[in-house]
This record gives sequence, C-alpha cells and structure tokens, in this order.
Amino acid sequence: MPAFILRRLFQAALVLLAVALISFALFRFVGDPVNQIVGVEASAADRAQIREELGLNDPVVLQFARFAMRAAQLDFGMSYQFRQPVSELLISRFPATLELAIVSMILAIGVGIPMGVYTALYRDSLLSKAFQALSLAGISLPTFLIGILMIYVFSVLLGLFPSYGRGDVVDLGWWTTGLLTRSGWAAIFMPAVTLAMFQMTLIMRIVRAEMLEVLRTDYIKFAKARGLPARIVNFGHALRNTMVPVITIIGLELGSVIAFAIITESVFQWPGMGLLFLNAVQNADIPIMAGYLILISVIFVVINLMVDLLYVQVDPRLKSSIQKD
Amino acid sequence: MQSVLSVRDLRVDFITRRGALHAIDGVSFDIAPGEILGLVGESGAGKSVTGSAVIGLIDPPGKISGGEILLNGDRIDTLPAEKMRKIRGKRIGMIFQDPLTSLNPLYRIGEQLVQTICAHLPLDAKQARVRAIKLLEDVGIPAPDQRIDSYPHEFSGGMRQRVVIALALCAEPDLVIADEPTTALDVSVQAQVIALLKQICADRGTAVILVTHDMGVIAEAADRVAVMYAGRIVEIGPVAEVIRAPRHPYAAGLMGAIPSLTSDRDRLEQIEGAMPRLSNLPEGCAFHPRCTQATDQCRQARPDLNANGAHAVACFLHEGDHI
Amino acid sequence: MPANPSSQGRMARIMDSDLVFGFLNSKLTVFAAVIVLLLLVSALLTPWIAPYDPYDPTQLFIMDSHIPPVWAEGGDWRFLLGTDDQGRDLFSAMLYGLRLSLTISLVGIFFATILGVGLGLIAGYVGGAIDALIMRIADIQLTFPAILVALLIDGAAHGALGGEYTEDTAFMVLVVSIALSFWVKYARVVRGSVLVERNKEYVQAARLVGRSPIAIMFDHILPNVMGPILVILTINFGLAVIAEATLSFLGVGLPPTKPSLGTLIRVGQQFLFSGEWWVVVFPGILLGVLVLTINLVGDWLRDALNPKLR
Repeated sequence: MPAFILRRLFQAALVLLAVALISFALFRFVGDPVNQIVGVEASAADRAQIREELGLNDPVVLQFARFAMRAAQLDFGMSYQFRQPVSELLISRFPATLELAIVSMILAIGVGIPMGVYTALYRDSLLSKAFQALSLAGISLPTFLIGILMIYVFSVLLGLFPSYGRGDVVDLGWWTTGLLTRSGWAAIFMPAVTLAMFQMTLIMRIVRAEMLEVLRTDYIKFAKARGLPARIVNFGHALRNTMVPVITIIGLELGSVIAFAIITESVFQWPGMGLLFLNAVQNADIPIMAGYLILISVIFVVINLMVDLLYVQVDPRLKSSIQKD
Repeated sequence: MQSVLSVRDLRVDFITRRGALHAIDGVSFDIAPGEILGLVGESGAGKSVTGSAVIGLIDPPGKISGGEILLNGDRIDTLPAEKMRKIRGKRIGMIFQDPLTSLNPLYRIGEQLVQTICAHLPLDAKQARVRAIKLLEDVGIPAPDQRIDSYPHEFSGGMRQRVVIALALCAEPDLVIADEPTTALDVSVQAQVIALLKQICADRGTAVILVTHDMGVIAEAADRVAVMYAGRIVEIGPVAEVIRAPRHPYAAGLMGAIPSLTSDRDRLEQIEGAMPRLSNLPEGCAFHPRCTQATDQCRQARPDLNANGAHAVACFLHEGDHI
Repeated sequence: MPANPSSQGRMARIMDSDLVFGFLNSKLTVFAAVIVLLLLVSALLTPWIAPYDPYDPTQLFIMDSHIPPVWAEGGDWRFLLGTDDQGRDLFSAMLYGLRLSLTISLVGIFFATILGVGLGLIAGYVGGAIDALIMRIADIQLTFPAILVALLIDGAAHGALGGEYTEDTAFMVLVVSIALSFWVKYARVVRGSVLVERNKEYVQAARLVGRSPIAIMFDHILPNVMGPILVILTINFGLAVIAEATLSFLGVGLPPTKPSLGTLIRVGQQFLFSGEWWVVVFPGILLGVLVLTINLVGDWLRDALNPKLR
C-alpha cells in the first residue's frame, strides 16, 4: 500500500482517537452522569450502586477503553432526555440531514461553478459585478439570518413555503425520504437554499480565483498562440485545470455542510441530527452530544480520505510521484 | 520577393495611471521567407513585446497604438479577434521561454498535438495522430509512437522544448516567433535546440523571429539581427557584419561585452550606466546619456534608422554612411 | 520614482503608493470603511447615545411591549424602532447588542491571534516533539469547521457550569470559544514562516552573537510574517462576529436578559408570524451591514497585500 495512504489513515485514526477522548471527557467530567440517571433525590446507597453498575469506580483508562469499544460498535448509551438508545435516535434523524445536505450541495455546485467560471471569463461585464456583489452578501450574511429572511419573505409575506418541518415523508425500510412528495420538496426548498448560500458563494469565489490564476499561465498563453478556439482554451484547458483543486475543496466542504446544517435545522425546525445535537447541547444530554461528535468525525474523516484519493487520481503529476514511492 | 512579415512604424503603449509608457516606439523591419531574424537587446528593450504584438497577444494594459503589421502583404493588426485566432498557429506560431510551464500538465502531449492539428487542418483524430508522431520524430524525440502518450513532466527540459517546437509547427505556419527559446535550458542542451530550430525551419521554409539576449545564439542561428534599445531598433543588418563591425555605439558596446577565445583582452568592455526605464526616457536619442560620442544634436533630436541598404543604423554619427 | 530620504518625502511616497491610490479610488471600500468606523464609534459611545438602558428592569414596563416602529400604526415616539416582548426599546437594545458583539469578537480574536501566533512561533522555532504535538492538534482541529468547535466548547461550558451560567459567564465563555476556535490558521502560517526564516543567514548570525530566541523571534521573524497574519485577522474578525451571532441565535450565547444581535433575532423569530417583524428585521439589517462592511474592507486589504497581484 502506498506510503501516503498509510499516512492519511494514521492521521484519520488520530482524529478519531482525539474525538473519542474528548467525548469521553465530556461524559465523565461534565455534569454528573449518576444525577442524570437517577435524579437528585436518590439515596446515597442507590447512587453507590449505580456508580458500581456504570463502572465509574474503575481506573480511568479502563473506562475509556470500554467507552471506545462500545463507540466503535456505535453504542453510545442512552439519551438522558429521551431514555432511548442514542444510536437509534441518530439513525432516525440521519436521513433528514443527509437529504438536506445533498440537495443543498447539488444546488451550491450547480450554481456556484458556472457563476465562478462566468465571472472569471467576463470580468468586466455588469452581470459579473452583480454576481460578485451577491457573493459578498452570501459570504457575509450569517446562515441563520438568510434563513430567517427567507422565512419572512416566502412564508410570512408570500405564504409559499412552510417554515418548519419536512412535509410528508415516505418510509423506505429504515430510510425516510421527503423527496418523493410534493410537500416534501416544498419543505426542503428554503432550508436547502439557505444552507447552500454560503457554499455557493464560496465555490463561486474559489472557482473564480483559481480560474483567473490559471488564465494567466504560460500554457494558456501557448494554447492561444496555437490558435486554439476560445471554447477549447477556456473549457478544455482553463476549466479542467481549475477543477483539480476545486474538486478537493468541494469535497471537504461537504463535511462542513453537514455541520452547518445544525444552524439551518434550528431555523427551520428541520428534524435532523443537527437539531438533535443542538437540543442535546442546550439540555446537557451528553450521550447524544458524544454520539453525534463521533459520528460526524467518522463522516469527516472518510470524506477527507476519499478526497485525497481522488486528488491523486486526477493529477497525473501526483500519480507518477506516488508510483515511484 | 514579397516579405513574409512587414512591420511598419509599430507603436505599443502600456497605459498606467501615470500615463502611457511607450514600450515600442516606431519599430520597422521586414523578414523574407525562410529567413531567421534575431531580435536582441537587454531586458525591457521591447523585444518580447514586439513578438507578442506580431501575434496579437499583448495583455492589457498594453495595446498597439500605431503602425502596421503585414503578413504576406495582408494587414493583420486590425483584424477582428476570430480572424486573428485563425492566423495564430496556422500562419504564425510562437514558442515561449519555459517549456515546463508552456505545456498543460494534465494532458498527454499527444492530446495537445492532436488538438492543435485538428483545430487548423481538415484531418480526423487518427490522421492527426499519425501526423503528430511524424512531427515528434522530426524534432528528434526517440520512440515517438510510445512517447506521444506521455505527460509533459515525464520529459527532460530539452525534450520538452522539442515538443513545444513541434506544437508550434504542427499547422505549418509561415512564421515562427521564438521568445527566448533557450534561456530556460541547460547550456549543453541549448546548442541542440537551436540547431534543431534552424534545421526544421530550413526544411519547411519557415521564417523565424528569434528573440533573445544571448548574442551567442544569434551568431549561431540568425541570418540578420536587429538590436533594440528602449523600444526602438538602433541597428539592423546581416549577422556577420553587425557582429564584426557594429556601428551604433550601443551595439558596439554589446559586441565588446562578449567574451572571445581569440582576442587578447584582459577585461570585458562595459557600458556605463543602465538602460533607462520607460517612465524616464531622456530627451533626444535614448542612448545619449551613456554614449561617449554624444553630440548636442543627440541630446535634442532622435535619430531614425537610415535607410541605406541592408545594414541600417539609427545614429547621427552614421547618418550619411553608405554601407 | 525618485528616492527621497526626508520624512516628508516618505509621506508623499505613501500617499502616492498604489495601496492608498487603490483605496481612495475604490469608492465602495471607502464607504465601507466609513461605516465600519461609524459602527465602532457607536459601540464605544453607546452608554451615552442610547436613549434607554435595556438591562435596567426598572425601565421596563410590560404594557410597552410589542410596540411597532414609530412610522407604523401604533408607533410611539419614545421607541423609534419599536419594542420587544419585554417592553425593551429596540434601538437601545440594538446599540448595546452591537457593542457586545463587537467586544466579544475583538477580544476573542485578540486572544486567538496571541495564542495562534505564539504557538506557531514556538512550534517553528523549537521544533521537535513540541512542534509535532502542536501541529497534530492543529490538524485535528482543522478537520472541523470553527463554528462546530465553538459550539462544542460553549456546550461543554454550559454543561459544566450548569446553574452558574449567567450573562457574565456567557461573555467569558463566548470569548474563550472564539479564541480556541480561531487560533489554528495563525499557528500554521506563522510556523511555516518561522521554518523558512530560521535557516536564513541573518537569523544564524543573530544566534552567533548570542541573542535570545525570543528576541530573534520578535525582532526578525515576526515582521516578516505580519502580512499573512493581517490577512488572517481580517478574515477571522468577520467570522468571529458571525460565530458569536450564530451561537447567540442558537441559544447558547448571550441570554435575552443581556442580548447581542443574535439573541435579539432569536427572540424576534417567535413573533414573525404574528406580524411583529421589527424585532427580527432591524437587528438583522444591522448585523448584515456590520459583517458586509467588515468583509469589504477586509477584501480590499487582502487584495492590496497580495504579492501576486502587484
């Protein structure tokens, strides 16, 4: 196995370990787990018994090992608030968040990349300047503000879209989807646009910056000097070279979209993992917090790894140097 | 015989917020078919800008502000963008200095060759590939049918420049502009690339503008040479004459600064001072502050190239010369 | 440009430089900078310019609640932009909220900078295991978006402090969250610079002469890395303001008794559907304008400092 993949795996393992440590620390040292389970009025004897059952008297390292092993099997214990297994809660909310994330990423990429290309190629046109103004707003306005603005305009004033919930969802085994119903699409529209705004403008700016940089290179000049048609120069050469770093950035952003979904889900009361996590934070429901953190880390780490592998495939210079290892 | 390229009184300005800088200020020359014209001078003299102007690729804030450029008798400096694009590659080719950055690292060289060939010639992809392999063979790439599928970074510097030459010539242009083609190469490889350029252009009857600051390259390859200073040509003539008997004081200084195995000198000659910046050109002849033979006339008026025969000089000292 | 050694000449050179020229030429940037200054000054002078003290419960009357802005029907000249559900004057609450937002962000970023630059210098100069440790932590933290880190720290503090979580502790918690979320980029960049400069001859000369490492770091290395630090600073400042507003909006920042702009928007969202739009819209506009102008000035500064564009 090539050396660099081993390095990446090692790094990924470190991240997971660190997150596990932090989650464990949260469990043990923030608040009192015993209180959460039996309440404040329990007798001393009951408490001592609970402590023994939970293994809280064992050495810390042993407790951590137990915690880590259970986490690896996706067992995060029971939620303090709901008295339900955390993994069940997370899984039930996962589809909502993933659908939101994917729809908004598609929106962000589908709009952001063309906008970025346009503003790079036609720098001085009026439309370009308008796009750039829009991009500044998209990057500056906080996600929640955009969400609330959308609610105000589209729900309160125009009454077009619902301001909360997922609409009607269809059960597909353990997955629930809102994308097969009309009300589902109506419900996902505003949250998806809100979540996509920041990503869209970020992608637009990055594509623009990269493309401008590429357009200044010698090989573009040489391509023009060879009389290649504008279409081939701009798309065949410039865009292709721009996409290589942009693709990796987009991949990494998918991870952050899942995190930013917390805010969007809060604004629209979207029943996803993010809202679950937020409630957990507000109510000090540590098991859910820990479970969410670990799940998110796994997702991030996997995405980062895939992006790295993709990058190597796409850039022939890296491929050769890897093969030489 | 009609000139392949005819440049008449070309002017190129760069518009800055401090006003217009005259990067090229009235440059005229002709090139015969198959001829190699060297364009030599210091950095900033305007030689690269001349090449870019001829092929129509001057980046803003630069623009052609006067004069004419004629290719085989037709004016090309006023052509609309799409027509000029068709000329590039097909009738005028260009080679740049650094072969590593001239080639797109993500494409195999075969793809880049075929793409260029198909853009200009009515061939399909298969025929274009055959032609590309032949071209690689002509420029001296060993095992061309295999290496055609290699990426640019898999070649050495000299091989890469050969590929660049192949790319510039694949549509059979009448004129090639070579902008410092050897400067980024190892010394040992420079001679090979120059020899290749010379031979391949002779074979195809392609004229060449050879832009460089290296007089050795000029001596080796060029038929005629034009010496540029501060945006103007100060001397132009057959290579052997200009090198052996330069007339313009600046050209003389340049030749004197070349080390020679045969002469008996202890020190290389140096010209005092430096070429003035475009924003700070002196009155009169641009060279007069550094010229040991400057007269009052030199300080007030600018000399033009005297149109006396093949060897012309822009200097008041040689105004009446017949060469 | 002719060289001019006198200080008057230096002033002339600065005024003539591309930096100032570009700034003054871009009317938008000047406009934005003016607004930023205006907002900063308002925040500073808030105790004197705000008509009411929104934290003083004796000034609040419940019958004054839900009053719309002065130009709408039912408006009251005492409350220019209307009141919230507690009877608090919105205009005063906005001013104080702006003050809080700016203070938290500036202080937080200040500490983030010190922490990040300090750790970066140490990591780069000392090297070895300390360098590896600091960079590992940085790598791990960078896998996650800053807002998530801030949320986590905030949430942990919530849980740990429990009932002791008051408005004042909220302030501290937010500052610490921001500081701990934004130090990483500084550390990375500074460390990179240190590694480059450390091997240069003037640094080796300084070591030969016997100057202490701290002196070398401050006198030689730091000036060289100021540019990138400034760039990161401008980006981070805008991000910090957004982060604080977001955390307050999500309910884990400043509470409604001492609201920042984010808290006000959170409170206002509940009343949007009953037609009381002003509690959301005005703080929203103020927040938007604040971050937009900060980003505009920051954008210009980044373009001006970018060596590639010169």
